[in-house]
Amino acid sequence: MAQIFPRWTNRLPLAAVIAAPLLVVGAIGFVWYYFSPKYTDVGYRPVQPVKYSHKLHAGDLGLDCRYCHSSVERSAVANVPPTQTCMNCHRLILPESEKLLPVRESWSSGKPIEWVRVHNLPDYVYFDHSAHLRAGIGCLSCHGNVAEMEIVQQKEPLSMGWCLDCHRNPNMHLRPASEITNMIWTPNAEQTKFAEMTKREQNIEPPVDCSGCHR
Amino acid sequence: MNSANPTSGHLDPEPLIAGNQTFRSVTERVCSIVEAKTPPIWFIAIGLAGSLAILLFGLIGYLVWEGIGIWGVNIPVGWGWAIVNFVFWVGIGHAGTLISAILFLFRQRWRTSINRFAEAMTLFAVICALIFPSIHVGRIWAAYWMFPVPNQMSMWPNFRSPLLWDVFAVSTYFTVSALFWYVGLIPDLATLRDRAKTKLRKIVFGLLSLGWRGGNRQWKHYELAYLLLAGLSTPLVLSVHSVVSTDFAVSILPGWHTTIFPPYFVAGAIFSGFAMVMTLGIIARRIFRLEDFITVKHLDKMSKIMLVTGMMVGYAYACEFFIAWYSGNIYEQFTFMNRAFGPYAWAYWIMVTCNVVVPQLFWFRKVRSSILALFAMSILVNIGMWFERFVIVASSLSRDFLPSSWDYYSPTIYDVGIFVGSFGLFLTLFLLFIRFLPMIAMSEVKGVLPQANPHYHQPAGTHGGSR
Repeated sequence: MAQIFPRWTNRLPLAAVIAAPLLVVGAIGFVWYYFSPKYTDVGYRPVQPVKYSHKLHAGDLGLDCRYCHSSVERSAVANVPPTQTCMNCHRLILPESEKLLPVRESWSSGKPIEWVRVHNLPDYVYFDHSAHLRAGIGCLSCHGNVAEMEIVQQKEPLSMGWCLDCHRNPNMHLRPASEITNMIWTPNAEQTKFAEMTKREQNIEPPVDCSGCHR
Repeated sequence: MNSANPTSGHLDPEPLIAGNQTFRSVTERVCSIVEAKTPPIWFIAIGLAGSLAILLFGLIGYLVWEGIGIWGVNIPVGWGWAIVNFVFWVGIGHAGTLISAILFLFRQRWRTSINRFAEAMTLFAVICALIFPSIHVGRIWAAYWMFPVPNQMSMWPNFRSPLLWDVFAVSTYFTVSALFWYVGLIPDLATLRDRAKTKLRKIVFGLLSLGWRGGNRQWKHYELAYLLLAGLSTPLVLSVHSVVSTDFAVSILPGWHTTIFPPYFVAGAIFSGFAMVMTLGIIARRIFRLEDFITVKHLDKMSKIMLVTGMMVGYAYACEFFIAWYSGNIYEQFTFMNRAFGPYAWAYWIMVTCNVVVPQLFWFRKVRSSILALFAMSILVNIGMWFERFVIVASSLSRDFLPSSWDYYSPTIYDVGIFVGSFGLFLTLFLLFIRFLPMIAMSEVKGVLPQANPHYHQPAGTHGGSR
């Protein structure tokens, strides 16, 4: 029988043996990185209907987060403020501003502004803001330094692995109740001692079983 | 492999291969099946089997779309036909490796006629088996959770769960069986390549035979590789169904939570596997006129293995009852009384009839040499083995610890359709196999011909006729 395969085909089996495991590892690595919220969600920064600056309000002017997101300490959800909250001030401050036109329109028509949600957890996750604040987790831990953001963007992946990292060891994120909304607070040298004490005193045991979050 | 004793051939009353075959006639006989024009019956058969396979995939599509609520599963019977069918198919898959590995290590030379298609049957049965656990998870897009791959959820499989052991046991079994089957095929693929008339066949079989030339060095390496693979597969024959049995035995349900399960399941698997090899073998030898290769003697030996394993299974049934009584555990006693006389008694007695009573006929030589009887019995055995798994799953689950949650399980049309469809897939793959690949291991059959014995002397008067 005449040769139908050229000589170089002798190397194919070796090449296949080397390539196959690389391909498998490569595929897993590809999915692990590119399919993860760390890659797909971090940096999400939708355009909002109003050019609202968190940097100006929460940073430069020093408004407390809870002035607008007022239900955060008592409810599972941190509410997006109604138009009336904006108008508390803006009836008097910059009442003619071009930028505030949609806010005034919403106020007069009674139709809410359709803010675009930035931090969106899947429906099958049970998350309670009030429980986290009660335990002493600051806004910063999940939302980043909002006081420096011109436009709010997602800073953390909010993936299950990311949640679990903190649930397994929350020590560096626990703060005194007075510092919850502080955007520039950093743990000091006594942090571990403080965290252990807080966990003991307040019975803080972050759940790591499935039904902790998937109820 | 050959006995050094030159007289051994004379002491053996019947040769392994009938019809006074020569090396050449073996090649001709086996290759002609693959090389001849496709017989019309093959098209009819694959038309039927393929339609059922399409039914299977259609129903799986509907299942994924609609969810496992289309099945008959309920609370407390959360495991229905999907698990029954999984265990059934994995069990059938056990004969191939037993024949190819264990019988090889024990130098049972009669295996050569049946090992190729038994191994193919193993692969196809394991493919059918793998479908069921994959679809019964409901959300099949999350099935990759069964594998320990890094992911954003920081989620790892639970290594204490026998369901995870299953994933590894069955996928290892499939990989090793596939390798074993393929390595065994290489010399025969080279024979087909050398006989190929068309360019396409030359290229395809050339690729598949990996440059096999049949030189001494190649045979030396080949036989060592085959021996090593046989050694690797041997523990798998025993381990895979043991692991499958732990799916049940590790849980605390009465009727499942018993230490006899692993050996009992392995015996049952070999029992059902041989029954399937016999069913397929009897059909194949008849359609392709392979009576000289798969002789009555082969069927006789398989019957004896089925008799032994069938009695082991029967012993296990009896032992379960004895232990239920001996343990003094009222829940265990209730479970077994309920099994034999409760709402699933009909299934229990089908199982006992097919698996314990029917195989007793194998004691009779007349039965062991009657093709028709063997064919009917092999099918009955597989019916019985399917019912064994059904009885285990349904009867234990339907009688929960809490009588208020007791319920009767009955399958829906979708359960039945998917099970019947899995036979379609199995037969489609098998039909493709017998059409395109040699279903008898030519090189190995040649090794057990009398001519292969170095001390072979041609009988007087037949000179020149052997090659």
